[in-house]
Amino acid sequence: MKPRVAFFDFASCEGCQLNVINLEEKILDLISIVDVVTFREAMTERTDEYDIAFIEGSINRPMDEEKLKKIRANAKVLVALGACAHTGGVNKLRNQWPVENVKKEVYGDADIEGNPLFDAFQTKAVDECVKVDFYIPGCPIDRNEFARMVTQIAMGRTPKLPTYPVCVECKKNENICVFEYGEFCLGPITRAGCDAICPTNGEGCDGCRGYLDDPKMNAAKDVMLKYGITLDMMMKKLNMYNYKKEGY
Amino acid sequence: MSDEVNIHVEHLTRVEGHGDIFFNAKEGKVENVQWSVVEAPRFFEAMVRGKSYSSLQAITSRICGICSIGHSMSSLKASEAAMGVEISDQTKLLRRLGVHAENMQSHILHVGYLVSPDLFGVGSVFPLATTHKDAVLKIVGLHRLSNFMSDLICGRTIHPMRLTIGGFTMIPTIKELEDLKKRLIAAVEPTKEVAAIVLANADKLPDFKRETEYIALVTGKDYALYEGDIGSTDTDPVPPERYLEMTNEYVVPQSTAKYAKHSRDSFMTGALARFNINYEFLSPLAKEVAGMFGLKPICYNPYMNSVAQIVEFVDAIVDSIAIIDELLDTDMKYIRPKFEVRAGTGVGACEVPRGLLYHEYTINKMGNCVKANCIIPTNQNHGNIQHDFEAIAPTLVGKPEKEIELTLEMLVRAYDPCISCSTHYLNVRFR
Repeated sequence: MKPRVAFFDFASCEGCQLNVINLEEKILDLISIVDVVTFREAMTERTDEYDIAFIEGSINRPMDEEKLKKIRANAKVLVALGACAHTGGVNKLRNQWPVENVKKEVYGDADIEGNPLFDAFQTKAVDECVKVDFYIPGCPIDRNEFARMVTQIAMGRTPKLPTYPVCVECKKNENICVFEYGEFCLGPITRAGCDAICPTNGEGCDGCRGYLDDPKMNAAKDVMLKYGITLDMMMKKLNMYNYKKEGY
Repeated sequence: MSDEVNIHVEHLTRVEGHGDIFFNAKEGKVENVQWSVVEAPRFFEAMVRGKSYSSLQAITSRICGICSIGHSMSSLKASEAAMGVEISDQTKLLRRLGVHAENMQSHILHVGYLVSPDLFGVGSVFPLATTHKDAVLKIVGLHRLSNFMSDLICGRTIHPMRLTIGGFTMIPTIKELEDLKKRLIAAVEPTKEVAAIVLANADKLPDFKRETEYIALVTGKDYALYEGDIGSTDTDPVPPERYLEMTNEYVVPQSTAKYAKHSRDSFMTGALARFNINYEFLSPLAKEVAGMFGLKPICYNPYMNSVAQIVEFVDAIVDSIAIIDELLDTDMKYIRPKFEVRAGTGVGACEVPRGLLYHEYTINKMGNCVKANCIIPTNQNHGNIQHDFEAIAPTLVGKPEKEIELTLEMLVRAYDPCISCSTHYLNVRFR
């Protein structure tokens, strides 16, 4: 029997699931090896019987955490899909303020006290709530990497992510280093796998795929010093997808 | 048979985000009908406080995967207005191409993948790949072209990185634009064929009308998308800086997305609103396609929004070809944007697939954002969906539950809500 696949989304832009839809005809190849049984963004049918669960989004409320725990209990394999699920993504930017502060900023004096829909806590990555088996990083995910990883998971293999930085792919693409334009780039410490898509389009890397397990931080600091990057600039970039990531 | 009907559609499918529908009727009377947005709130306006002008586009584009190009456009326009940054004619032409690319991508996704299963009576587009393979392949082809165009102009269809304050980080080559033009010309026939397929099944769209206000950008000289004043079917246009007069947001307990109103209890924004307000500026080809469906302004049937999207898809192809010709006539060159950071407040208003999107930022002299406001089209439409529900519900009493459910679901889907945007969620509940 083909493994049954379900997609779920929490606080996110649903861009990662959209990138799955953006596989176009390749989806037809994928559904020859897996059965998509739940995918709210694209189909009406749904079920609690599935083998592989893909989770998009970070976790914002007790009601969401409870739902995630049920999914974990149902799924044999749970995959964090995209930056929000993987690291908390940009959603974590708000964690630098207490929840009451951000609620007040957005909803003002509206009466939302005690309403469960608005009962947000500081946002959490998926692995801060339940065990995650595999991660597909990126904001958004790279659709080819997704197709490759789904194939590997469906075949019972352990999918592997690159262990080298974005700079390797950037050099291979023969780009001019964006530091030369006076931009700041997290390529030196960020996990490759995106084919250095941002620097290749003239924009510095924001680190959406998360850091390497063993990033060469001292070398990265030397590069920052050489190009006169201020601590403030650096911290803002570091926080964008990796807020309060341990060790930095 | 019980005379009590309780329906709850939890997490409506084939929409972006999470929303619920509730419908309760007793003894032939509607007791409650409600559109509820249950999406987890994300607090973007709070998030960007203290962030550098240089990261506002990248952060706010993450509000929505489907319309991230639109968010980028409104964001850049707001930052540019705040800091007094001018853009070149070339940049504006390229940005208009980017807006078309995203509208095409989003409209064909909505009509082809999300709405068409309702017209064919199935749960998703997947079974149609077997039963209506030719039609699905045409839709996939148009979707791929739209994504190709988004990638080419904006760097990426989801979370574009080439769009930056003052211009672009990279632009397409002349050869790439010539190639794009050829592909757009080749897309005209398949688009008409897809329109014909939808037309053949358009009897599934309910014949429902409710008079309401429509709001869209206007310039008085074109089918306004990238810029313009804020026009309405009820009132005179106002400049974008006065957007708060048009939106009047408020919070309702059943929704983590805010609602909006202007001259009436609610209004509609999006393809149908633009069509109703700017019809005269559509290309002859787009008018021809509208004519196939008998669609004329002012159309008060919200289900026809999907048809207006097809009309806009055609118009986007025609206008994109004209823009490419204009770019090829000029001496295209790339200049990396340079500008001075200045303190100020600015508004960016842009038409995106689901309607009028506003971003407003206050930037301090250090270049950091101290205040942000983003008002999203779907938020502006939530109130109108609710009022449509209240108008259509009494006509549904006595019908089979499945039919009531489908009619309400299709109504919400017609608005193409982007609930992530509006905070992000949709559920139908017959309790």
